[in-house]
Amino acid sequence: MQLTQFSLRRLFFRLNAGMDQTLLTIAIILVGLGLLTLFSASYDYPQRVTAQLINLAVAFTAMWVVAQLQPQTLMRFALPVYLLGVTLLIAVALFGDVANGARRWLHLGVARIQPSEIMKIAMPLMLAWHFHRNEALLRARDFLIAGVLLLLPVLLIARQPDLGTAILVGAAGCYVIFFAGLSWKVIAGVSVIGLASLPPLWGMLHDYQRKRILTLLDPSSDPLGAGYHIIQSTIAVGSGGIFGKGWLSGTQTHLEFIPERHTDFIFAVFSEEFGLLGNCVLLVLYALLIGRGLMIAANAPTFFSRLLASSITLIFFTYAFVNMGMVSGILPVVGVPLPFISYGGTALATLFIGLGILMSVHRHRKLVQT
Amino acid sequence: MRLTELKNHQRELYQFQVRVGFVSVAVLVCFAILLLRFTWLQIVQHDVYHAKAEDNRISIVPIAPNRGLILDRNGVVLARNYSAYTLEISPSKINDLERTITELAEVVDIQPRDRSRFRKLLSESRNADSLPIRNRLTDEEVARFAANRFRFPGVEIRARLFRQYPYGDTASHVIGYIGRMTDRDIERLEEQGVSANYRGTDFVGKTGVEASYQNELHGSTGFEQVEIDAGGRGIRTLSRTAAQPGNNITLTIDIKLQEIVEQAFGDRRGALVAIDPASGAILAFVSKPGFDPNLFVDGIDPQSWAELNNSPDRPLNNRAIAGVYPPGSTFKPFMALAALESGKRHPRYTISDPGYYEFGGRRFRDSKPGGNGSVDLYKSIVVSSDTYYYQLANDMGIDAIAAFMKQFGLGAKTGIDLEGEAIGVLPSPEWKQRRFRRPEQQKWYAGETISIGIGQGYNAYTPVQLAQAVAALANGGAMYRPHLVAHVDHLRSGDRRYIEPQLISQISLKPENVEFVKNAMAGVNKEGTGARAFAGAQYSSGGKTGTAQVIGMKQNEKYDERKIAERHRDHSLFIAFAPLDNPKIALMTIVENGGFGARAAAPIARAVLDYWLLGKIPPARKSADEDDAGED
Repeated sequence: MQLTQFSLRRLFFRLNAGMDQTLLTIAIILVGLGLLTLFSASYDYPQRVTAQLINLAVAFTAMWVVAQLQPQTLMRFALPVYLLGVTLLIAVALFGDVANGARRWLHLGVARIQPSEIMKIAMPLMLAWHFHRNEALLRARDFLIAGVLLLLPVLLIARQPDLGTAILVGAAGCYVIFFAGLSWKVIAGVSVIGLASLPPLWGMLHDYQRKRILTLLDPSSDPLGAGYHIIQSTIAVGSGGIFGKGWLSGTQTHLEFIPERHTDFIFAVFSEEFGLLGNCVLLVLYALLIGRGLMIAANAPTFFSRLLASSITLIFFTYAFVNMGMVSGILPVVGVPLPFISYGGTALATLFIGLGILMSVHRHRKLVQT
Repeated sequence: MRLTELKNHQRELYQFQVRVGFVSVAVLVCFAILLLRFTWLQIVQHDVYHAKAEDNRISIVPIAPNRGLILDRNGVVLARNYSAYTLEISPSKINDLERTITELAEVVDIQPRDRSRFRKLLSESRNADSLPIRNRLTDEEVARFAANRFRFPGVEIRARLFRQYPYGDTASHVIGYIGRMTDRDIERLEEQGVSANYRGTDFVGKTGVEASYQNELHGSTGFEQVEIDAGGRGIRTLSRTAAQPGNNITLTIDIKLQEIVEQAFGDRRGALVAIDPASGAILAFVSKPGFDPNLFVDGIDPQSWAELNNSPDRPLNNRAIAGVYPPGSTFKPFMALAALESGKRHPRYTISDPGYYEFGGRRFRDSKPGGNGSVDLYKSIVVSSDTYYYQLANDMGIDAIAAFMKQFGLGAKTGIDLEGEAIGVLPSPEWKQRRFRRPEQQKWYAGETISIGIGQGYNAYTPVQLAQAVAALANGGAMYRPHLVAHVDHLRSGDRRYIEPQLISQISLKPENVEFVKNAMAGVNKEGTGARAFAGAQYSSGGKTGTAQVIGMKQNEKYDERKIAERHRDHSLFIAFAPLDNPKIALMTIVENGGFGARAAAPIARAVLDYWLLGKIPPARKSADEDDAGED
């Protein structure tokens, strides 16, 4: 009896080793809120909750495994994973499956994978490794190479076309470059050029992407088409009020007015049922998660782990900000899920692997590189 | 070196921490913006959005209109609607379809063919809200399902209107059928910009008049504003815009005549088109074999579909507009008219017919061995001399023949109000140039012109084209667009819209030449190849037999019907019009593999004229069979 108790405790400690308690607690609360919301959104299809639990188990395992690794080990993965990702992206462009008018999927015998998802982790990993190799002697050339490494996959993803993922991957790369110390002058210059190049960029956008931006500016122009998502989700958020309509009582949700209410628009469901109070809780949780992540980054011993941890933390921020912004109608509708809450296995796995990396960095903060 | 590196390290770390600080502020600013937005939406504008969400409890439900009826020229209903219960499944709301269907089978009768039809529907229309698993439930089944309804979320009973075709396969190629809208139909409706009017509608016309007059028959969709509770169930109706039923369509065909023709065909394959020459109105439009359009109404089950599709008789093929056949000797009256109009032949010009025509060392056989002796233009039509027309074709040349025949609409779409018309082939050197790729194939040989003269060779026309040409000839050159719809009736207002006769062209022909050819055709029915079929007719009529080769005969080979497989026998054709002055009907009929034109096709033409001019109904087929039995 004593023996089993003892070994169970040991097992618990063994499993718990390397897990950052703060990150873990925040993530578990977010996932819990997500399951509650998903349950409400899936009233007509309860199996989704079960499926999400399975996704969670897989993602959690992935996080645990990554958390056990040392940052140096992660560093070794940087180049192969990046090259694999780019190769797969090229393969998708050549032989990928078309779904919903976009070429995003690749058939690998039994499984169908979405290589752009790999780049969400591979990109910061690669750039962090790239800057780390040239640490302390960074010159303009290194930033230029980083720019190329960043643009190649981003353009491939944007061509699919998958604007949401392209933005996330591009942002991840930009964060690394920013934290690596790109001078403010250059940042200002690039920003100016970026703004100036908006008009030609507009011409390169696909029709449906333009329509999304236009309907964002004036959703009522296309109330049954592209504006429908934004109008309905804004109504859901607004009608939630301060305290919300209560769990399982959102009329917008339950009368099927919210499209994609399990995935990208799940925040509308949350917001309608839990109100401004719920939103504040969510914002605080995300802020704590980001704060904790930045703290880990600031205390990280190596340039590589600093860059990696900080950029991954900011990816969490980007997910959350872009998603909540689009659902509440201040950002265009791009396919970005709400982190830890939206339904979907791939995104969940990416996010938890990101958490695992943060934990790995935190656990090995005292091991100074030799 | 190490020192500077260390310095750099420290500077980097400092720089990094500054940037982390900067980012933290940026994150907080962004979240503050979100918080402001939430406050704006959820506190300041809450009342507005609350009201909007309440409004959203009103759902707009489309009401599908009743489809218009299809009637024959005498008001006999050919396509109607009746109400019945269906059991429908919403695939998106069900996890395990197979299990649900198996469980449903315990409550209502579900046959394997219902399952396979459901699977077929599922694969064709993935976006459909709900699809029927069973149609026409009995009252007992409805009651039994209602008692078990709680077990089947996503399965519902609906009362729906069904299309029914009381005449079955009679006139099936005219009426066509409706079927469940597929994704492709939806795309087409979207292109036409009428998809909004099809919300709530599951069926559209697929072929025949059902398809070509789809928008007339459909009507306009109504809408009902329904207040729904939190569960999405309707509580009460707030307002209602009634659906406007579709327009009734009255055809020009006479279903009685249609039945007579289809019975006359029996099991044989072929087509018949009868036209009122003065208007282009089609009186009978037959393509045999037909099919039972009722099979398609609930979504055809794969087995029946395979039977129809794989049958060597090709019952789904609308031969009257899509079948192309060489006209054979029915081409000769037009050749004779061309000869007179061009001045290449005088009626009294006589040839001596040895039973063949020699050209370039090649012998073109006449169908009558030994020939018809001395043959003038009149006799050439009455006895159907091939030799006369071999020679005539050679004298006229292909360009003159093609130019003349083009005026009669041969080798061009007639513009009949049905979809799927074939073009056919009006042979000419230009056509050959377009049709073939290799230079040696593109060249027109003078020998090819000769068989064109007797309606063989590359000649290939649809029955409706030939019927149109006969009508134009009977009408003295005035050619009307053939059409199947007489008028469209708007049910509510009582407005009736007639389809006006549409004169396509007035072919300039000398009246005396037309008279000559019509008289010669009258001779065919009095003393020529059509005489037997028209013996004792109490009206004047013109006709011409035709026999179209299905397989090529060698020069000296003799055609022996008994030795040739049924499908390789010649097609039997007949064209006719009556009465001689002011013709009221013109027709073309073909019996596939029916042998000589006089035998198979001419009696069918006789039955049509007898009915149309005298109202005579031939004795029912059943009694004819009994007669045969008696003879044996």
